[in-house]
Amino acid sequence: MPAWLDTHLVSLLNGLAIGFLLFILAVGLSLVFGMMDVLNLAHGVLFLTGGYMCWSIAGERPTWPGFLAALAVAGGVGALAGGGLSLATERLARRSHLDQALLTLGVALIAADALSAAFGDDVHSVNPPPGLDGSVLLFGKAYPVYRLSLIAIGAVLAAAVHLVVERTSLGAVVRATVADRQMVSAVGVDDRKVKAIVFGLGSLLASTAGVLGAPIYGARPGLDASVLILALVVVVIGGLGSVRGALVGALVIGQIETLGRALLSNLASFVLFGALALVLVVRPHGLFGDSTGTRS
Amino acid sequence: MTAVLSCAGLHRNFGAVRAVDGVDLALPAGARHALIGPNGAGKSTLFRLLAGGLSPSAGQIWLDGGDVTRTSEARRARLGIGQTFQHSSLFLSMTAGENVGLAAQRLLRRPWSPLPVARRELSERVDALLVDVGLGGRGSAPVAALSHGERRQLEIAVALATRPRVLLLDEPAAGLSPAETERLTHMVQRLPGDVTLLFVEHDLDLVFRLATRVTVMHLGRVLMTGSPEEVRVSPAVQEAYLGTGRRQDLFISSPAAG
Amino acid sequence: MSLAARARWPALALLAALALAAAPLLLGPFAVTTLTRILVFALLALSLDLLVGITGLPSLGHGAYFGVGAYAAGWVAIHATPSGPVTLAVAIAAGGLVAAAAGSVAVRARGVFFLMLTLAIGEIVEQLAESWHSVTGGSNGLYGIPAARLGGAALIDDALYWYVLAVFIAGFAVVACVAASPFGHTLRGIRDNEPRMRALGYRVYHFKLAAFVGSGALAGLAGGLFAAQQRLVTPADLGLATSIPALLAVTIGGEGSLWGPCLGAAAVVLIRDYLGSSLGGHGSLVLGLLFVVVVFALPGGLARVGLARRRGPA
Repeated sequence: MPAWLDTHLVSLLNGLAIGFLLFILAVGLSLVFGMMDVLNLAHGVLFLTGGYMCWSIAGERPTWPGFLAALAVAGGVGALAGGGLSLATERLARRSHLDQALLTLGVALIAADALSAAFGDDVHSVNPPPGLDGSVLLFGKAYPVYRLSLIAIGAVLAAAVHLVVERTSLGAVVRATVADRQMVSAVGVDDRKVKAIVFGLGSLLASTAGVLGAPIYGARPGLDASVLILALVVVVIGGLGSVRGALVGALVIGQIETLGRALLSNLASFVLFGALALVLVVRPHGLFGDSTGTRS
Repeated sequence: MTAVLSCAGLHRNFGAVRAVDGVDLALPAGARHALIGPNGAGKSTLFRLLAGGLSPSAGQIWLDGGDVTRTSEARRARLGIGQTFQHSSLFLSMTAGENVGLAAQRLLRRPWSPLPVARRELSERVDALLVDVGLGGRGSAPVAALSHGERRQLEIAVALATRPRVLLLDEPAAGLSPAETERLTHMVQRLPGDVTLLFVEHDLDLVFRLATRVTVMHLGRVLMTGSPEEVRVSPAVQEAYLGTGRRQDLFISSPAAG
Repeated sequence: MSLAARARWPALALLAALALAAAPLLLGPFAVTTLTRILVFALLALSLDLLVGITGLPSLGHGAYFGVGAYAAGWVAIHATPSGPVTLAVAIAAGGLVAAAAGSVAVRARGVFFLMLTLAIGEIVEQLAESWHSVTGGSNGLYGIPAARLGGAALIDDALYWYVLAVFIAGFAVVACVAASPFGHTLRGIRDNEPRMRALGYRVYHFKLAAFVGSGALAGLAGGLFAAQQRLVTPADLGLATSIPALLAVTIGGEGSLWGPCLGAAAVVLIRDYLGSSLGGHGSLVLGLLFVVVVFALPGGLARVGLARRRGPA
């Protein structure tokens, strides 16, 4: 095996794991933005909530029942929060998209502070559930099993999301709305219900990502902001409203964050944000986004 | 005749929809040219192409002999094109006078001045324009307080404030009362002779009073161009309108009461 | 407008300036320090209002130019001269230059895209401050900044307050002039209806860039004052921890009103630092709630509420 690959295999695999995790987090943000032009700045806080749910329900050394319970609770909280955000932003739909984004910012601030009040300011770490907490030998290197399982879980979820968006009638409405919102409402589809469902599902995925990510990221104040920014980069680069774009974007950003940091340390951030700036200026609808859409 | 504004082979597609499907047009200086046609004929799209807010899929546009096909809207405005829009496009947080002032100040090379000094020349010009469109004395009224008809009049004042040499008016009489339409007619008739006017209108009486040439569009193409009389009696034009149920427009020969 | 009505705003402004100038004679040192911090933050909010409220460009990364100004002023104070005017001049230049670089890219975008771009740029600048140890001191920050000096005297306590107040008043006067000028009128036209401005022949990009640079330079000035007061600058002063409260101040106070964001800044500082400590450090919660209420129910912020009440029985 080439020496380069040997040295960096661990980072590459990390990148895949983080990439899939980012996809689960970001796909909801992308669809909501693509469908409604609403930039949900509270998306990061949903992830953090998932992390705290994992720590408080499953504890620092989770058992399987605990971990699954945390997933269920976080998912439920996420879905409810998404529905609530959808309602709230719908009230502002006639004002600007900016006001809607600012509303989500306010909610994010409130939620972040509430979490900090409830769980304190310390960093809380969580171990992977039993069976997934060891490491395996991969090409002569020890590699954490949990991250491998993240790759597997992530791939499965990605396939599931793809199926829902491509094969169900809900997915058809989502794709149609992203492409031409006015046409969809002219045809008579009640887009408010669809929006609420998409918002809810996207938020559910975000908080689920938070639980799945807890054994890697833990839970601490400030994590919401870092994760939100990564998700934004993924969404912009991958394209608004595009599931495929979110996946490609997430895998790329995942690699930059891991392999990139291993190779370039802090310069990786410049690559990240430089790419974001470049895409925003040159092709604001992202690599896979629909540039003939009806938004300006 | 050297055309002030002209286009050749102009096309514009939106996906599979051919909004403008090969249009040739030539406007001489001082033209009073109307653009009519059923809804969806491509008139507004053509306007946007000519003004520069939309770029063509194919074809060319010339202003004073110079190719402006790839020139930006702002640059075309600086070269002398002024326009009004089908849907009111005003500055809603400002007063009527400030709206006109914003347009007029560009000509006086003022927009970069960071000093809050009022110039009499500017306010006199604004007042004159407001009087011209029938909004004399309403300069300090916020746009929100103006009626729909008054806003349409303000639109025209804003467009005129830049002293355009080519004026594109998109349905200037839409939503105006008969009295307001009369005032609009007089105002257009008083435009300087060297201003080239192209306007879209559904009010065919207005068209026949103001226009010396009329172009009829249908499904993105030019059906015919001729004098108002030629257009009125053309069977092809009548069929185009018949087909879309607008037949009665052509046969109302008396202006609306009032 | 009658003479009395026209004289109302300048008279109020003069009254406010006099009251602020008299503050150290009436209040204790703790209150004066707080007021100094409020004035610095208010200048930042004012600079952001020029961009958000007047030009209509919503920025979530304005802390970057504030922080750059602070670092520049601090660095000059440590390594060259602690002269107040010199450090402030450097701060203005630094804020303006970085804003010019960032703005040339950022103002090509609009609305929410512009928001995301400014967020990204803010993050880049913060990362830069974290990694450029030799100049910025890395995550420890730039510490040991000497007190600013004016005419040989060290500016601390009351003297510092009056220095900050004077700069604030000057900054406010400049912004108020610009807002009332044809340039300000142009910016508001861009805010209200950018496509129409293009159709009128305006070079919109250049105006937006100029607003961005001016606003960045002013933020840098506020940063220079910050360095003189806190005597310590950390990367957090460049990032979201500064950018978000600044945007909160503008929104809560009422974007575009100039004086509203200054009051908003006072509200943010007081709530976050004082109400917050009595709530166990959760001032952000109250701020977030206030922000949500304003966005939802009070567009135009406190300024609109204040004006509406006065106009009530017309």
